[in-house]
Amino acid sequence: MPRKVKVRGREYLLALLREEQEKAGYISEQFIEQTAKSIDLSISEVYGVATFYHLLSTRPLGRNVIHVCKCIPCCLKSSQLVVETIQEKLGIVPGETTLDGRISLQLINCIGACDQAPAMLLNHELHGSLTPAKIAQILEACP
Amino acid sequence: MPEKRIVLKNCQVIDPRDIYTYLEYDGFKALTQALGMTPEAVIAEVKASGLRGRGGAGFPCGLKWELARKSSGVEKYLICNADEGEVGTFKDRYILQHDPFTLIEAMAIAAYAISVKQAFIYLRAEYHYLLEGLLDAIEQVKAKGFLAHLNIEIREGGGAYICGEESALMDSIEGKRGEARFKPPYPPSKGLWGKPTIINNVETLMNIPAILLNGARWFNQIGTDKSKGTKVFSVSGDVARPGVCEFVMGSRLDEIVVDWANARDIKMVQVGGATGGIIPYSMIKTPLAFETVLGSGAVTVFDKSRDTLDFVSRTVEFLAEESCGKCTPCREGTEVMLEILGRLTRGDGQQEDIQTLEELSNVMSLSSLCGLGQAASIPVMDTLKYFRNEYETRIKQSVFLRSLRGQQWQ
Repeated sequence: MPRKVKVRGREYLLALLREEQEKAGYISEQFIEQTAKSIDLSISEVYGVATFYHLLSTRPLGRNVIHVCKCIPCCLKSSQLVVETIQEKLGIVPGETTLDGRISLQLINCIGACDQAPAMLLNHELHGSLTPAKIAQILEACP
Repeated sequence: MPEKRIVLKNCQVIDPRDIYTYLEYDGFKALTQALGMTPEAVIAEVKASGLRGRGGAGFPCGLKWELARKSSGVEKYLICNADEGEVGTFKDRYILQHDPFTLIEAMAIAAYAISVKQAFIYLRAEYHYLLEGLLDAIEQVKAKGFLAHLNIEIREGGGAYICGEESALMDSIEGKRGEARFKPPYPPSKGLWGKPTIINNVETLMNIPAILLNGARWFNQIGTDKSKGTKVFSVSGDVARPGVCEFVMGSRLDEIVVDWANARDIKMVQVGGATGGIIPYSMIKTPLAFETVLGSGAVTVFDKSRDTLDFVSRTVEFLAEESCGKCTPCREGTEVMLEILGRLTRGDGQQEDIQTLEELSNVMSLSSLCGLGQAASIPVMDTLKYFRNEYETRIKQSVFLRSLRGQQWQ
């Protein structure tokens, strides 16, 4: 492969990984190997990228992923209560997935919704000004 | 100084999904005007306006453009930095949601001035829900024939604060880990794929059409000596009215926090995000400009019920998590700082902790590769300056608690 094509093939690595994350819910070792081969990179290079970005996961996640913001502006508006409410309702702590594989709970750094704190992302959709009632509704609506 | 809308003038005025509403409000007049000028004249106008980068560093925008224009090579790139990861900042989200057209027009003007054919918008992954609206806006502009000279692509990040730093951002677009690069070379001479590259923040670009339409002299008369124009602030925390507002540069902090956002019982305000400076209530009349404090324009308010150590350790936890790990002072320094602050908040501090924090801060700010490590110690140093007694009290408490447990050391 000419060098330029190789270099430019790499350009789409992050996009490829994100696509797989959406499709499969995580980036498997197998996918890392395949991708490395297809764009002619070492496995460690691809693994390095896959583990660098917070929204990529090398462990399987649930069908729905909740990211609760844990940064200062949300903390000031009791984001801890959001986590506790979800914990209570689903019986999982941050970093875990419900046994039926329905929902994963994760913490995330500032998602830029500080005007609607406390806020979270559910499958990339923004939910702000959260209250226990609102959270219950959101959780129930999860497929 | 008063509220004034230059950047946000179209927000909640036009329909962000309909280009015709934008055209009604002088949309693409500035681009038409620019295309009738020489690229050099466009750059001269931006230079004369005194516009400085709004992402935090405040580099003169016109100078950046000129450097890239003069760089040799046919292939050049323009990147709009829409990776606002700075804690407490959401102005770019607001802009992208409410007025994508001005941004696209500004990019078209910039591309013409620096003779760029390929531009990227680097959108943070957390703003994925804005992608569709942006793509649609680009399509509408294209269909109207305003993007004949430029191809704009959107590249999404993967969730990494450091990718807002321009060199890490370029690495991320190239499909690598987003790690800061050694500088020089700077992007205008060697950037994306080694080609001359201009990286402008969303808010910086938003000023361009207004500058061309009203003239550099008009813009130059707004603001302070070294900070021209307005600044968009993201106000959050202990305030009655959180949100986005735009004030003339040099406006006092109390005008934003007290008069606009109705904050009460203020203890301190952090300006500029996680690595921003701390302003205690006694200095609430500080003017906000590049000469004083500004950063990304994040304004996070803390009332008197808040604990300083808790805030500082959470901030350093953020920085430690987001450090890219390439340089040692930042990777290790943030971790050690976090360890010390964690100890202090748990009531297990030691006498020499304050001194260690100060020494670490010095090393980190002197020897870190990029802004993250260089500025990571600012919240620590600033709170040590203004709320030193809280640190000392924690240490005294720690010593007392240990004496109760019968532990002798210090």
